[in-house]
Amino acid sequence: MLTMIGKRLMFAIPSLIGVVIVTFLLTRALPGDPAAYFAGPAASKEAIEQIRKKLGFDKPLIEQFFRYTNDLAHGDFGTSLTTGQPVATEIRNRLPASAELTLLGLIVSITIAIPLGVLAATRPGSWIDHLCRVTTTAGVSLPVFFTGLVLVYVFYFRLGWSPAPLGRLDVFYSAPAHVSGLYLIDALIARDFETFRSALSQLILPAATLAIFSLAPIARMTRASMLAVLASDFVRTARASGLSPSTVIVTYAFRNAMLPVITTLSMVFSFLLGANVLVEKVFAWPGIGSYAVEALISSDFAPVQGFVLTMAVMYVLLNLFIDILYGVIDPRVRLEG
Amino acid sequence: MKRRDFLKSVSGLAAAGALTPAPAIWSAAKADARSETLLIVSESGPNNLDIHGVGTNVPGYEVSWNCYDRLISHEMKSGPGGVPYYDRDKFKPELAEDMNVGDMSVTFKLKKNAKFHDGAPVTAKDVKWSLDRAVSVGGFPTFQMGAGSLTKTEQFVVVDDNTVRIDFAKKDRLTIPDLAVIVPCVVNSELVKKNATEKDPWGLEYTKQQTAGSGAYKVVKWTAGTEVVMERNDAWVGGPLPKVKRVVWRMVPQAGNRRALLERGDADISYDLPNKDFVELKDNVKLNIVSVPYSNGVQYIGMNVKIAPFDNVKVREAVACAIPYQKIMDAVLFGLAKPMFGAAADKATEVAWPQPTKYFTDIARAKALLAEAGYPNGFETTLSFDLGFAGVNEPLCVLVQESLAQIGIKTTINKIPGANWRTELNKKVLPLYTNVFSGWLDYPEYFFIWCYDGKNSIFNTMSYQSKAMDEFIAGAVDAAAVGNTAKYDADVKGFVDLAFKDIPRIPLYQPYVNVAMQKNVSGYQYWFHRRLDYRALVKA
Repeated sequence: MLTMIGKRLMFAIPSLIGVVIVTFLLTRALPGDPAAYFAGPAASKEAIEQIRKKLGFDKPLIEQFFRYTNDLAHGDFGTSLTTGQPVATEIRNRLPASAELTLLGLIVSITIAIPLGVLAATRPGSWIDHLCRVTTTAGVSLPVFFTGLVLVYVFYFRLGWSPAPLGRLDVFYSAPAHVSGLYLIDALIARDFETFRSALSQLILPAATLAIFSLAPIARMTRASMLAVLASDFVRTARASGLSPSTVIVTYAFRNAMLPVITTLSMVFSFLLGANVLVEKVFAWPGIGSYAVEALISSDFAPVQGFVLTMAVMYVLLNLFIDILYGVIDPRVRLEG
Repeated sequence: MKRRDFLKSVSGLAAAGALTPAPAIWSAAKADARSETLLIVSESGPNNLDIHGVGTNVPGYEVSWNCYDRLISHEMKSGPGGVPYYDRDKFKPELAEDMNVGDMSVTFKLKKNAKFHDGAPVTAKDVKWSLDRAVSVGGFPTFQMGAGSLTKTEQFVVVDDNTVRIDFAKKDRLTIPDLAVIVPCVVNSELVKKNATEKDPWGLEYTKQQTAGSGAYKVVKWTAGTEVVMERNDAWVGGPLPKVKRVVWRMVPQAGNRRALLERGDADISYDLPNKDFVELKDNVKLNIVSVPYSNGVQYIGMNVKIAPFDNVKVREAVACAIPYQKIMDAVLFGLAKPMFGAAADKATEVAWPQPTKYFTDIARAKALLAEAGYPNGFETTLSFDLGFAGVNEPLCVLVQESLAQIGIKTTINKIPGANWRTELNKKVLPLYTNVFSGWLDYPEYFFIWCYDGKNSIFNTMSYQSKAMDEFIAGAVDAAAVGNTAKYDADVKGFVDLAFKDIPRIPLYQPYVNVAMQKNVSGYQYWFHRRLDYRALVKA
């Protein structure tokens, strides 16, 4: 097993090198000129040249690349010009924010989508099946920023149940001591229940927004996969042997239907992690998606490169984890390189 | 009785649950903190806490303004609509105790009890080091210093521990005002030198992350892109002690949410809401709304005079007659701007800038002018704008496009992302575009040096070059330096008239700075830099 994991990681190295080269070239190919952008509102040509020199963008591309890879090898992702902070620190601070939000959104989504999918599959054509179809269609059809804004409007602006959409914590709370970077967990570790409550109440609306959006793929995949399994021979045999319907569905059918669902989950998770920019914008969430997009808009190279690289590493690890999980769920699946 | 008590307590609980919405204040300390804290929300935050830094953005200027002191600052006067407005001509001492202007130099005596945030006294050495730094680091700060003829470190002389003399390179009316802008701030030189490295002799990396000044506030926490927390410096001597103890400045990217935060009473101040929201908030009795025109700022339609057909003055005039001025005022700005068009035909030119042109929408005349220029059937061109300010620029350009189509000029709208906008402007290849320029120093000649002078700075986006114009501008600068009012007035009128006659850029309007705040917040002051001055704000 360990050698397999090692092998898998080895295979990931060439793709990571490719990612480094491609993002470097792509960011350089962007039409913007960071020196002109950061030279300020009243910059002359000379001022812009001075800035360019300071940023090292006057050097030939190949030299810039070697300097970049050398820094990278020392764990230095460079410094963002828009936020003025080292990219590595920013990603370390922002990744947990995105991860906490995405994980909670996904957990909410799973707890609704999987039972819904299973019920829809066991009673195709019934009201629950239609309910499943309608909710999921509605969920994907509503753009996330729209759902987010509606939720803010109703629960914050109209009803006042939810706190102000001001990011991870209310203005008057300070973040709990850093352990995992996930505020909910860190607050529990610090036994600071007031902060836990504040962090949770800030999380509810954005997590709900994400959950509504991600319901569809999970519920639909569960339903489809369950339908296929329920129609298979071993389920018929199990039923014929007189096993109770709940045993058949939960023990036999559900476990076998899990594989495609897990794959979908991993896809949805990695997609949401990087792509919930709109949710982050609506809720002023200091996440990694909005960070990357802002950097892209101001042709700030270092964060874009850092973001893509982090995401690539996360994909590799996530895929590995999913493959291991396959083996646990279905012993017939063996982890092979 | 017991049952009633029970019900009462239950309903009380329920009501409390409903009424104390989520920013639930559990402890009394937090409630106090709320009343002493000013919560500001805006779209974007600083990328550097030091204005001398490389590429510090405009929100960064606000931090510098409030956390550092300058030798002098401006007095306040009553501005448009009774809003306190900085007085361009009256200076007041900030770190200096006294200012003595000589013929070719100015001498400042420092306040003896002035201290930096770390307790070190502010000395003449610090002042010199800071001014040296501003003229040496390059980029924007050095350029801004140069605008007041402050270019060499030899100009800043330490007389004794508490006295600094600044020698003039030449007589320039802008030298003293340039000492009161944000850039010449006084930095704690010993502290910064300790944290400087060989590669970074001015310690820019250190001051990027923390404030090292003597100002009324100091940054206690800064999470880039999320929030800046500032606390009052109780030992500040630059002016009366500010009323607000703590300032929390949160970045809220969504304009709708900033408005919701204000209307719900959670945020105290927001100052970059879209015009439409501001107009609607005006009717909201719960909020204070302040709108003040940008000083020395104009939004305009520019035409590159080096590119045909805009090299023909008749074509430029035709475009100026075809702009839907009033529609732009009504539909794009919702009236929140000062018109810079349609002055009466017999109105005399004033010694002031900005001032309205005599152009108004006249399609028939525009057609005639275009025919005269040899384009009876019009032509095709592109109309560019900065996507960074799409809220105003996009509808504005659509209106202009529609109107120009009526005289046969077919335009394709070219949206340029914020990051590219400066690059594109610098290339000076855009034939037709809209842009805004505003100068910190509120003098007509300052605006014209940037925007119309033949030296062709980045803001002379039209590549306009005219000998007569250069002579008027130079004449006004020299006349101002020696106080020759008659010559100055004549030259200012001269360059304004010429700018309107040659019309390389068509002024549209003077934009407004819009600030919305809670009723219990007062003391807003308009400054040339248009950012907030926390020192005067009061939260009741």
